[in-house]
Amino acid sequence: MTRKRGDIELAGVGMSYDGVTMAVEGINLKIPDGAYCCFLGPSGCGKTTILRMVAGHEHPTQGEILIGGENVVGLPPVERRTAMMFQSYALFPHLSVRDNIAFALRVRGMPKAERLARADAMMEKVRLTELADRLPAQLSGGQQQRVALARAAITEPRVLLLDEPLSALDEQLRVQMRQELRRMQRELGITFIHVTHTQLEAIALADLVVVMEKGRIRQAGPAREVYAAPRDRGVAEFLGGQNVLSGRVLTVNGTKAVFGGQEVRGIEIPLRPGLRLSAGDAIDVAVRRDDVELMRPEDGPPGPGVASVASRVLAVEYQGYFVKVMLDLGGQDGFTAYVPERRYFSNPFNVGDVVLATWDVDRAHLLA
Amino acid sequence: MTAQPLAVPLRRGGGIARPARRPWTFYVLATAFALYVLGLYGPMVCIYILSFQDIRGGLVFPMKGLSLHWFVDLFTQARTGDVKGSFDRSIRLAVVVTVITVVVSFMAGLAFRRRFPGDTAVFYLMIGSLVAPGLVLGIGVGLGFTFLGLEASWYTSALGAQLSWTLPFGVLVMFAVMSRFNTAWDEAARDLGATPWQTIRLVMIPILAPGLVAVALFGFTLSYDEFARSLQTAGPLNTLPLEIWSMTLNVTSPSLYALGTVTTVLSFLIIGASLGAIVLLQRRRARRRPAG
Repeated sequence: MTRKRGDIELAGVGMSYDGVTMAVEGINLKIPDGAYCCFLGPSGCGKTTILRMVAGHEHPTQGEILIGGENVVGLPPVERRTAMMFQSYALFPHLSVRDNIAFALRVRGMPKAERLARADAMMEKVRLTELADRLPAQLSGGQQQRVALARAAITEPRVLLLDEPLSALDEQLRVQMRQELRRMQRELGITFIHVTHTQLEAIALADLVVVMEKGRIRQAGPAREVYAAPRDRGVAEFLGGQNVLSGRVLTVNGTKAVFGGQEVRGIEIPLRPGLRLSAGDAIDVAVRRDDVELMRPEDGPPGPGVASVASRVLAVEYQGYFVKVMLDLGGQDGFTAYVPERRYFSNPFNVGDVVLATWDVDRAHLLA
Repeated sequence: MTAQPLAVPLRRGGGIARPARRPWTFYVLATAFALYVLGLYGPMVCIYILSFQDIRGGLVFPMKGLSLHWFVDLFTQARTGDVKGSFDRSIRLAVVVTVITVVVSFMAGLAFRRRFPGDTAVFYLMIGSLVAPGLVLGIGVGLGFTFLGLEASWYTSALGAQLSWTLPFGVLVMFAVMSRFNTAWDEAARDLGATPWQTIRLVMIPILAPGLVAVALFGFTLSYDEFARSLQTAGPLNTLPLEIWSMTLNVTSPSLYALGTVTTVLSFLIIGASLGAIVLLQRRRARRRPAG
């Protein structure tokens, strides 16, 4: 009997607050036991609603939520064995750190000595021992987060739900606490679901990234897959790091196709096996910004297997280890090349220079 | 961030930076303020002082002797009226009003955290009883009791009439207190396995305690010195404000002043105790602050 199994399955989950518009709709997702899952999307996309439904603070109007194989819809949080870490933590302001952490044991009727001993052990684990008698108002943001984490973890949940856990922290602390979250997840060995609107946070932490938009899942997969092979234009633009070109298929030739649009012409793209395209189809193509290499027209035409687009430099931004060169191409997000710093400064560009943006044809990625 | 400090009602302000030279307007305004304070407290202070005269005492200065004669007189002489009895009734009534006000206001505060059908109507009904003239409301309640053939008395009709005044006040204060209560707190309590009752007992009441004390203080003082609403509803036995009023009509000795002194002292004691309770709650909360 696997009592602590924390795999989650959302089957056809939909939810409406007012009975008219759906906050989320048609959510199908499997999260394996012990995974770190991030729900990523702009505010209002329904990611927090899903989190709260898994936690038992909202109830789906459609579909089923299974944790460890059993349908938990209608069960209170305790019976689900989930615990939630609230945005801005919701620590009880009148209780000390120790009493906050012991709260869940107190309401279960555990004798005082025992629950304080358990709380002390938990504080040891998250390095809060010296702050045991402080009140939440006397703690820094990072310390508050550790208390919130400890308070949730003491119930030994099989799923920990984190609602924008890092948004209340400043930039430097955020990176630090990110690692702490990941460490805690590994130590506890339980499923984490983390809701965020920060792309970097999601791909840095998650085993499974779920990209949401307007109440629906746009793409779910390992961080690298979602980042490197976005399914569609929306995902590519939200995750960033990609240039998206639109156009129509001109010719199809076995494993390659050629497409062109308003600004680009004759760009070769690879075709995935089994994908059927015909001339005239409208398509979006993504090229990673760090796959784009910039050349000067006088360097001569690029070799075979390399696609190229002529353009003009619009702006240059120094980013430290790379240089961001923005070109006069593409849609609203523009067309950008990330050039390694040393290579850029060996032959720098000026704004207004005519350049050829080139990339290996095989690196281009056809979007749905 | 998360934990906002809770309101301490009536907290006195901190230090004020003093400019090197004060403009002339300061002296004008300071004089105006001093006159205002004198006008406000002067007569009261005179009454307190005059209540400590001896048996030869009169209603005006100069002071004749110094004793507690009129205080003794107040509680022993039947001719001055039923001070002890009415005082007793007023305190009991105020306690009952306070308890009902705190309990109902707290529950109303909980109810109004979410919209419910008719919430606006309920709210305006409540405000309505707040703005209705007290005397008219009292007469209405008194007539209502007569019409129904019930005998008006301080613990039925007067209680009801006073609640029509203290409850809306209490609920409004509670709204202000509740607006600072983060709903994530009770959600967190629920998430950690607390039952609704445990959430109220272990999270809501402790966090809202200073606000509840403020509501209690309101309820008590509003009831204790309520006159207009009690006048036509108290029945045959007077409450203290009614007794004082009737004494001003027929008692012409410093015992009237002694009564003023006693009731003022009592009011201060009650307010002091309430504020003390709030401060104590805050202290206990901050008690664990490390020494450094």
